[in-house]
Amino acid sequence: MPKRKVCVIGAGLTLFRRRLLETGKELSFEASKMALESAGITRKEVDSVVLGSAPDAFDGVHMKGEYLSDGAGAYRRAYSRVFVGGATGVFTPVSAWWHVASGMSDVCLAVAEEKMSTLQPHPAYAFWSIFDHDYERPLGTTLLWIFALEMRRYMHAHGIKEEEIAQVAVKNKRNALDHPCAQLAANITVDDVMKSEPMVWPVKRLDVSPPSDGAAAIVLCSEEFAKKLTKDPVYVAGCGWNIDSMYWTDRDLYYPQYLENAGKMAYKMAGIKNPRTEIDFAEVYDPFDYKELHHMEGLQLAKKGEAPKLTTSGVTQRDGELPINPSGGLLGVGNPIAAAGMMKVCELYFQLTHQAGKRQVKKEVHTGLAQAWGDLMQYSSVFIMRRR
Amino acid sequence: MPGKEVAIVGVGASKFDSTTIGQSYKELTYDAAKQAYSDAGVNVRDDVGSFVCCAEDFWEGNSISDEYAPDQLGAKLRPLFTVSADGLLGLGHAYMHIMAGVSDIVVVESHSKLSDVESKTMVEDLGFDPTFGRIPGIDPKYLAGLEMRRYLEESGNTVEDCAAVVVKNCENALKNDLATYGSSYSKEDILQSEEVSSPLKKMDISQPCDGSVVMVLASAAKASKLSDNPIWISGISWFSDTPNVEEMDLGQAQYAINSSRKAFQMARILRPADQLDFAEIDDTYSYKELEHMEALGLAKKAGRFVSTGKADRDGALPVNPSGGSLGMGYFVEASGLVRAYESVLQLRGKAGKGQLSKASKCVVQSWRGIPTQTGVTAVLTSR
Repeated sequence: MPKRKVCVIGAGLTLFRRRLLETGKELSFEASKMALESAGITRKEVDSVVLGSAPDAFDGVHMKGEYLSDGAGAYRRAYSRVFVGGATGVFTPVSAWWHVASGMSDVCLAVAEEKMSTLQPHPAYAFWSIFDHDYERPLGTTLLWIFALEMRRYMHAHGIKEEEIAQVAVKNKRNALDHPCAQLAANITVDDVMKSEPMVWPVKRLDVSPPSDGAAAIVLCSEEFAKKLTKDPVYVAGCGWNIDSMYWTDRDLYYPQYLENAGKMAYKMAGIKNPRTEIDFAEVYDPFDYKELHHMEGLQLAKKGEAPKLTTSGVTQRDGELPINPSGGLLGVGNPIAAAGMMKVCELYFQLTHQAGKRQVKKEVHTGLAQAWGDLMQYSSVFIMRRR
Repeated sequence: MPGKEVAIVGVGASKFDSTTIGQSYKELTYDAAKQAYSDAGVNVRDDVGSFVCCAEDFWEGNSISDEYAPDQLGAKLRPLFTVSADGLLGLGHAYMHIMAGVSDIVVVESHSKLSDVESKTMVEDLGFDPTFGRIPGIDPKYLAGLEMRRYLEESGNTVEDCAAVVVKNCENALKNDLATYGSSYSKEDILQSEEVSSPLKKMDISQPCDGSVVMVLASAAKASKLSDNPIWISGISWFSDTPNVEEMDLGQAQYAINSSRKAFQMARILRPADQLDFAEIDDTYSYKELEHMEALGLAKKAGRFVSTGKADRDGALPVNPSGGSLGMGYFVEASGLVRAYESVLQLRGKAGKGQLSKASKCVVQSWRGIPTQTGVTAVLTSR
């Protein structure tokens, strides 16, 4: 059990767009400034800063964390950059949590930034070098290939149809219509998804989230510090993270065991025995529409193969029994990798403090979960927040 | 009890060499991990609750090098993460994991396979600001040359003092079986070596080395069960100054001043020069050892301190008795963890031919290299 209780007292995020004129430092600055202002504190009160950002290859800057540090508010502070691939966005506040829980900091600023557009001609080129140098790179493997394999395997294992999966894209893009930062909000139909350009079958263009630029930040602090600002703070209830072997070809892709482990770690810390009933809403990682379903099952929010049914029956809608991705997720708001994960954590804060505006879920919410996924289909990070 | 909450209970190192043909970085790490787990007496599958790895993508030649971390550590389907930092910061995160109750036993890993990196200078250059910081055609070590010039000017230390650092550290390395660059040099050998960026000479620069280090940390309760001779992390802190070259107070090592202030406060060290038995600190470049000694408060005039033999193995305060990076080689992000590994051997009295007569409390310090102003300071104690 953690020695100190940790609270979240502020959140901020920039617009998510395909190409922003701001530099990575400026994006980090905007998000951090907004988070500090939302918390009602200044940088003077920040003891430490944790930054999350995905591959240095996007920016072509070695030790990108060092380069971004002053933009993220880390000038003359205790500073770390953590990096767990796509799972970085939700992992960054997890790391900030242990800075405070351990007693090393009273206030820790967690910032996630991504500027993918600097890589020409397309950000996807950064992913060429994530594959094994001996066995996979010679094949010219791309991310779309391997995710198409995983999607196909998931569909096959449970007899799921492409149309069922497409409903996730329809829901999330529609939810994003109410998000002021969203890049790809839209009112589309299952038919639109089905007719969109096949990229690597069964993945079609509208099944995928876009490359984006953006940044997001939250402020974490000790309970004692939070109580000076508010009577009713939002608490960090649980954190979990887990990695599987890098040899992804050696495992059955239909089910993310590493996520089940990460979820169990977080549930144990949060004292959650039955996630399906004790989690009020969740922001699960949805870079592809099938991933939302895959992750709901890994998180035990649905039984294996059950997530498509929950989607079809409206359970995961904003006014449903278990709202999933009320923000609009990566499919709707955009996918600046680390910033996208942190955007989900920001959404937990906005929902739990009733600041989500038109996105506010219908039911009363006390416990929210954010999750991200990364590395070679092998990593998951989980962050649970709670307000009484 | 403050200062005795987190201990190092197991250490392991692969072989260290300028090239390690026939062994991948994973195999080097496997060797180090096996040794560390056996040293700590832990079963990695059952006992370890969290793993911390330290790596930077461009040195690894992989994007998302975190992917490649778990298997060789026995961390498949376990909580593991990568911090893009020096290994000593990994020790800091592991310390926080134990203090926060994440786990009672945490593993830290960092490695270098610099012999695989064909374009070291290019990677260094890519660390500079893409718009304002990169100077085409100029070796990025120009910044070390600039800093050395200013530091010597302001501190009153001399290039001869810097040469004395190299002589001392390479001599120390001769007594260290793991060290690669041990040699008996004269100051003239150093001063006459080729100029890289005046006044920085080739032999003022530590040379690349391959190797991996793994450590096992435990809470006080676990440490008392696992080890007869736990090495306590009684203080640890880290600090980043500006990343912009044009804003840097070159020659000041603010990161070492601030991180050591907090680490010493945690460890209740008021007079570091008197209370510490030895120091394992960053000497990526010869002048850096002097700059860091002064920043840590180990000596007022570090140049004279070294030149008069006070930092020798039998001096008042031995500095880098292992040989430092100048004598053992430069391990990029593993450099700080190599310093910590050597410190643990000393504190345990297991440093072999290089064992110091008095070794129960020491400072370990790291710097992330040009163009950063980021560093970590830790205090380790066997008492």
